[in-house]
Amino acid sequence: MSYDGTKKSTNFKNIILVTLKYVVLISALLFIIVPIIIIIFGGLKTRGEFYTIPYIPPIPPRWGNIASILNMPVFWYMLRNSVVVTVTGTVIVIVVASMSAFVFARMNFKRKGALFQFFTLGLMFPATVAILPIFLIIRQLGLQNNLIGVILVLATFQVSMSTVILRNFFMEVPSELHDAALIDGCNTIGFFRRILLPLAKPSLAAVASLSVVNIWNDLLVALVLLDSEKLWTLQLGTMQFQGQYGQDLSLVSAFLILAAVPAVIFYIFAQRHIVSGLTAGSIKG
Amino acid sequence: MGPAEDFIGMANFKTLFTDKIFLKAVANSFIIVALSLFIQLPMGLFLAILFGRGLRGRAFFRTIFFLPYVFSEAIVAVMWRILYNPEPSRGFINAVFQAFGWETQAWLGNTDLVLFSIFIVLTWKYIGFHMLLYITGLQNIPKDVEEAALIDGVNKRQMLTYITLPLLSGTIRTSVYLSVLGSLQVYAIVWIMTKGGPVNASEILSTYMYRFSFVRFQLGYGAAVAIIMLIIALIFSITYMSFVRRTEHIV
Repeated sequence: MSYDGTKKSTNFKNIILVTLKYVVLISALLFIIVPIIIIIFGGLKTRGEFYTIPYIPPIPPRWGNIASILNMPVFWYMLRNSVVVTVTGTVIVIVVASMSAFVFARMNFKRKGALFQFFTLGLMFPATVAILPIFLIIRQLGLQNNLIGVILVLATFQVSMSTVILRNFFMEVPSELHDAALIDGCNTIGFFRRILLPLAKPSLAAVASLSVVNIWNDLLVALVLLDSEKLWTLQLGTMQFQGQYGQDLSLVSAFLILAAVPAVIFYIFAQRHIVSGLTAGSIKG
Repeated sequence: MGPAEDFIGMANFKTLFTDKIFLKAVANSFIIVALSLFIQLPMGLFLAILFGRGLRGRAFFRTIFFLPYVFSEAIVAVMWRILYNPEPSRGFINAVFQAFGWETQAWLGNTDLVLFSIFIVLTWKYIGFHMLLYITGLQNIPKDVEEAALIDGVNKRQMLTYITLPLLSGTIRTSVYLSVLGSLQVYAIVWIMTKGGPVNASEILSTYMYRFSFVRFQLGYGAAVAIIMLIIALIFSITYMSFVRRTEHIV
């Protein structure tokens, strides 16, 4: 009898606990998702509707704001610039980081440890701190107001973390594999290109996805280095758009929707890689 | 800029440390670091632990919580400027407050509130990231350790304080490190939302440095601020590294 009683009370306690758990999680979920939904609602309303019925679903949705942004040539410039910067930057990161990671993982030379420490210095201080010297150097190089300057800076700041992640992976590959390849007549470069890189595909995907997110999201470097409107990246454009049209909240919301679309699409397809890059980077770094 | 011919010694630093706004920026930066460490991270840890216990719909929750991390700070800042609009018919936050019958607030216009409002935005954007770290850390805890503890008859609370949290300490350290460096790096969200205002109430080191370097073009003075930021970051990094080395010897 007493046994049944305790069983019932633990069951009851469990139900309460599970319910509490979901209440907490769902409140947190609402905190994250409601702001996004409100902005989407806002962007799909006319300006008048936004100011009279801002928080109810946009039925029927008004595509006018979205259309007027898609009709702005400057939006397409921004999108193109962001794509160019992100893709080129990420390619540079992958090429440089995979080669330097290979050297640090597989080769022996004098002062290797010290050099590696130097390489990882980039992890220790944020880009914000270095923005002034970056500006001066890029200006001296004559790369101000040029996408190449932005690409170089943003790629450089991704190299440290990427090298650390890839080096850790390369070190896990057994050295017997390298020896076997050498015996079969493959030289070191061949081993790197034909054996190691294909093996490292998941790590390369993680590093690349992380670089894409970080480079795509930059505001400060673009803000400091780029003047002309035709070179603005999407993030810089977002900031300027807010300055210019800040009063028209529904138009700004529509801009936000469009500016977020590329990141969301990328997130849907690369979520796994972004997550594994972040966790690998932060646990080893 | 020619070669540096006119050295002015430590004059910039002297001006810095007597400038009330600079001291305010330092204080605000540390407040953001402290709020992140003592509110944001424990919340993330708490949510991660809720997740860890075979919850239904985990993948869905994780996808949503992590979503803000992939939005740029520029997008997040502009978005929250709209949500924080003081007019309840425009700003959602005040609409909610009005619906509950609470007093509406000037979230970004009130000098006492503005830093807290910004911190909420930072939490919104970054809590998912820290949760993700903790969830990964929890997954890396070997199952047999917990099972052995269960056989030895520990209850849930003992499990958490004596098994789970100590085994998670490496992850917690990492997340503390990233959170502090990240807080020192915050720039876009504050600059877009408030430009450090009103009356410098939300001025932080990065906005102060940006203002002097790139708005007023006092490069020397801006560089002095950057050096202070670098020193803070390095002192923190070095302390962290030596702390990690020391504790790793013990474990």
